[in-house]
Amino acid sequence: MSNYRVLPAGDTAVVVEFGDQIDRQVSVAVLTLARRLGEAHLDGIVELVPTFRSLMIHYDPLALPTDVLTDRIAELAQGLQAHAQTGRVWQLPACYDASIAPDLDYIAGCTGLTPAQVVECHSSTIFHVYMLGFMPGMAYLGDVPEILRLPRRSSPRLKVPAGSLAIATLMSCVYPLETPAGWHLIGRSPVPFLQRRPRPSALLAPGDTVKFSPVSLQEYEDLLAKSAAGKLDIRPTNSKLEVAA
Amino acid sequence: MIAGLRILAPGLLTTVQDLGRPGHQRLGIPVGGALDPVSLRAANALVGNAPGVGAIEVAYVGPTFMVEADNVRLAFVGASAPIEILPQLGAERGREVPRMRSVLVRRGEIVRVGSLTGGAVLYIAVEGGFDIQPVLGSLSTYIRGGFGGWQGRALIAGDWVPLCETRASEHEECELRDLDLTLPRRFRAILGPQDDHFDKREIDAFFGQEYSVSPGADRMGMRLDGYRIDHARHTTFVSDGIAPGSIQVPGNGQPIVLLVDRQTSGGYPKIATVISADMPALGRVPIGSKIAFEPVTLEQARDLRRRFVAEVEALPKRIVPIERGISHASPRLDGNLISGVVDARDARGWM
Repeated sequence: MSNYRVLPAGDTAVVVEFGDQIDRQVSVAVLTLARRLGEAHLDGIVELVPTFRSLMIHYDPLALPTDVLTDRIAELAQGLQAHAQTGRVWQLPACYDASIAPDLDYIAGCTGLTPAQVVECHSSTIFHVYMLGFMPGMAYLGDVPEILRLPRRSSPRLKVPAGSLAIATLMSCVYPLETPAGWHLIGRSPVPFLQRRPRPSALLAPGDTVKFSPVSLQEYEDLLAKSAAGKLDIRPTNSKLEVAA
Repeated sequence: MIAGLRILAPGLLTTVQDLGRPGHQRLGIPVGGALDPVSLRAANALVGNAPGVGAIEVAYVGPTFMVEADNVRLAFVGASAPIEILPQLGAERGREVPRMRSVLVRRGEIVRVGSLTGGAVLYIAVEGGFDIQPVLGSLSTYIRGGFGGWQGRALIAGDWVPLCETRASEHEECELRDLDLTLPRRFRAILGPQDDHFDKREIDAFFGQEYSVSPGADRMGMRLDGYRIDHARHTTFVSDGIAPGSIQVPGNGQPIVLLVDRQTSGGYPKIATVISADMPALGRVPIGSKIAFEPVTLEQARDLRRRFVAEVEALPKRIVPIERGISHASPRLDGNLISGVVDARDARGWM
């Protein structure tokens, strides 16, 4: 049975907290609890927000008293560990060409790998989507292999282009929009991780699985042009990619 | 025939807002919405709109716009501000209109809202609302993401914002009496969720101090200057969900209270969380104010919320027709009485 505690976050949210560390198993517990609560369709729950090691439940305390909510959580939190991944699987193009990966050489230098080895290492990793946050559509992908784990940049960049692929500590991400960023830039993906028209939607969801397929600079530019024209059709794959426990 | 408002001067940060778009935070999309939903609802009720219809949120300095419709019914609720209706472009003076009542403005007239005092925001509701496509079910503007509201941004001079109605309905003008928007000095908050990251001495000090709202405040949050809160532990905090009203304490000890456009997750410990009943008032607090916090229990917060929700739902019932010649909304109008009619031009709106 997972160890968790339920903490009030004001009077219209609670946090179901599973420790204070980022951990794949903990993430599975968080996502499983979120799915079960979603399927229970409890009156008074406004939304569920999974993060690395906690689930925030936004609710209306006048429709669903806090103690009733806590009881429901206790019922649904039995046997959270046992569940398999149920998210979608994505194989997404990424370009690691040095001309658009400003930190590739730096990462190689710090890790003792060649740039080609850095690319091989990142693109052979099967990533688990822990959560989305920081900005719309931005997914936190883990876990980056130990050899590639570097601390965040000491000074963030003021602006990185949309689609920038980055790593820091045990996470990787793609910035869906132009933004300040404190992670190391390892490449770019032409895929729209946040679509704004016809309505904002995120490509990835917590619990999905992602693997990046390296493409050349030319292919990247072709795909980017297609994406800009709204003609890039990205769908989940049916193949099974087992994420290492 | 289409109708719209032509923006002549945008003000400081004028955006279309409604009650936000809850339900998408797991994708990193903030709830957003009006900083003060009570004033937004009241303004909508005064023009006969449903409570959550998109309205204009004015921050600190108001816009100037021309009415390009047969006529429009407007209402202004929020901080005090000089609000003038100029008869045409180039006119230097016009008739002053008060907040808390509906007002009829005719084609070619210009609405000029000046600087706000006593609060950070003012809402301008239009009868029938704006003819803008909702994004994820809401007209709220999310500036950082560049979507929602008017083109995902604040209004600028030259914008022409379309209205759903080309003329106001046949209806008497109304006012809302006794809506108290005075800013409380203390905001009630529930401890945590990371109160265990702070010694009791620091928590007591936090609740015992006045903080001042620093100039960096915006729709995402308010940075507070004052007592520096020391953390009991100094390990990196793993990103967690963020509830409205969360009071985060970063490394420098200066708390940040999170507001409507807050990010969906964040990596600072949260010492306390302002209660839902006090959030609309918090949204009204202007830069430079001094505020303090008071701890309450979850049970107390629930009772306060119950009372708050009842008051908000009863707002429309407190809206009354303005008796001919007598408005209780503003003492200034009593001075304009001319044979029982407040202003000869207003009389036309009653017919």
